[in-house]
Amino acid sequence: MVSCRNVSVSYEGFSAVEDVTFDVLAGDYLCVVGENGSGKSSLMKSILGLIKPTSGRVTFDGLGPAEIGYLPQRTNVQQDFPASVHEVVISGRAGRHGPFAFYSRSDRARVDENLERLGIADLRRKSYRDLSGGQRQRALLARALCAAERLVMLDEPVAGLDPMMASEMYDILEGLNRDGMTIVMISHDMKGALRYGNRILHMRKKVLFFGASDEYVGTDAYRLLNAEGGE
Amino acid sequence: MSSLFDLLRELFSYGFVIRAMIVGLLVSLCAALLGVTLVLKRYSMIGDGLSHVGFGTLAVALSLNLAPLQLSIPVVLVAAFLLLRLSENSRIKGDAAIALISSSALAIGVVVISLTTGMNADVCNYMFGAILALSVSDVYLSVGVALVVLIMYVLSYNRIFAVTFDENFARATGMEASSYNMLIAALTAMVIVVGMRMMGAMLISSLIIFPALTSMRVFSSFKRVVICSGVLSVFCFFIGMVVSFGFSTPAGASVVLINLAAFCVFSAAGRAGLKV
Ligand SMILES: Nc1ncnc2c1ncn2[C@@H]1O[C@H](COP(=O)(O)OP(=O)(O)O)[C@@H](O)[C@H]1O
Ligand SMILES: [Mg+2]
Repeated sequence: MVSCRNVSVSYEGFSAVEDVTFDVLAGDYLCVVGENGSGKSSLMKSILGLIKPTSGRVTFDGLGPAEIGYLPQRTNVQQDFPASVHEVVISGRAGRHGPFAFYSRSDRARVDENLERLGIADLRRKSYRDLSGGQRQRALLARALCAAERLVMLDEPVAGLDPMMASEMYDILEGLNRDGMTIVMISHDMKGALRYGNRILHMRKKVLFFGASDEYVGTDAYRLLNAEGGE
Repeated sequence: MSSLFDLLRELFSYGFVIRAMIVGLLVSLCAALLGVTLVLKRYSMIGDGLSHVGFGTLAVALSLNLAPLQLSIPVVLVAAFLLLRLSENSRIKGDAAIALISSSALAIGVVVISLTTGMNADVCNYMFGAILALSVSDVYLSVGVALVVLIMYVLSYNRIFAVTFDENFARATGMEASSYNMLIAALTAMVIVVGMRMMGAMLISSLIIFPALTSMRVFSSFKRVVICSGVLSVFCFFIGMVVSFGFSTPAGASVVLINLAAFCVFSAAGRAGLKV
């Protein structure tokens, strides 16, 4: 579905990602793990076309850029943004239309469907800035699902959530994956990654491990991350 | 009540007042709409920078006897793209660079003026606005600019929201975020040039910033904030003009003060728990 070949990313001479090669297959639940600053977000952004890889290539197999959903790493930028949940979620559809288009009935139906699926239909009129952390993540996931047909890329979707909300998030993702959605998720939560993901990509600028999650536990890479304070 | 009525009747019997009202209401509306995005994207410094660049260009045009608008529209447009690039690039201190450009443009304007015409009434008008300065062709220009801004804004509304809320997501899902930023910057540049002569170069940016900030105190969806900003801006302009006429105060400054009053009222309402 997605193939990365020798992708490197650098910021004005500082290299963040080096020579990363891996594939995402349809139906995968790929968890990307690694310490802070190991280049996970940069790799994801280069796949999404937000930053240009300095070398290497990302190719998509029958998948346009408007068919990928994205849940960005949490920032404080939108903390205070005046927007209703409905406005946020439907903006996931904006990229599918021409530059001057309005939303259609099918866009609205898609929004309803995803709000239902994530259990936040009752929040649609609420303001995004009044939501709790977990509700915000769901709203942003709903937006990603409005954009995605078959693939979602999630940058630390459970970071900052309490264990209850995190496990609800995992349940939602598991359900999506079962329904055929391919998931690429960056995570700090090793237990969650091993339990739900079918593949692991462990990064430290380069790829330390890429393969099935049940093979990962025995490797040096796994021990390295866990010894260094990963969960 | 009847005296207010008389005041209004008298006000609208002057051609220059009608011209100022038309230009001002259109500029207020457009500035408020663009302002919501500029404030939320933390680009409001751009408005301030552009008005100073606009003043510098007007001063140069004045002393060289060039047509002021024909010169300032292209210069301010170019400045808009430059300032946008500086704001987008957070690595070099974008806001500091903008402050640098805007005060330099102001300084150039002031020096050029003092070397040529001197600090005369014209110059003062450019800095603090003058409703008498508006000609019939200014009215046509402002109607044209306002139409362009309103049509582009309405047609691009959904994408403007998406890009304002989350530029990275917008780009990841196939939108040309930077061209929307450019659109906003270009429209802002035009509105500033058109509005500057009436409101004054020092005061025009408040038309961009105030209505958006005020609306956000109370309203909590994007659409409501946009609509409220537009309505409020037009309302404050109108009241400001009436006050300016009634008390013989400068028009631009009066409008700004009415905006300030509205901001205080909305802030108090927001504090008191009024959230819509
Ligand atoms: N926009 C940027 N400009 C410069 N350096 C950056 C930028 N974004 C990330 N970096 C650097 O690149 C490295 C990798 O960052 P990132 O991809 O965010 O890592 P992760 O998501 O794994 O924590 C870090 O050292 C970070 O400081
Ligand atoms: Mg990251």
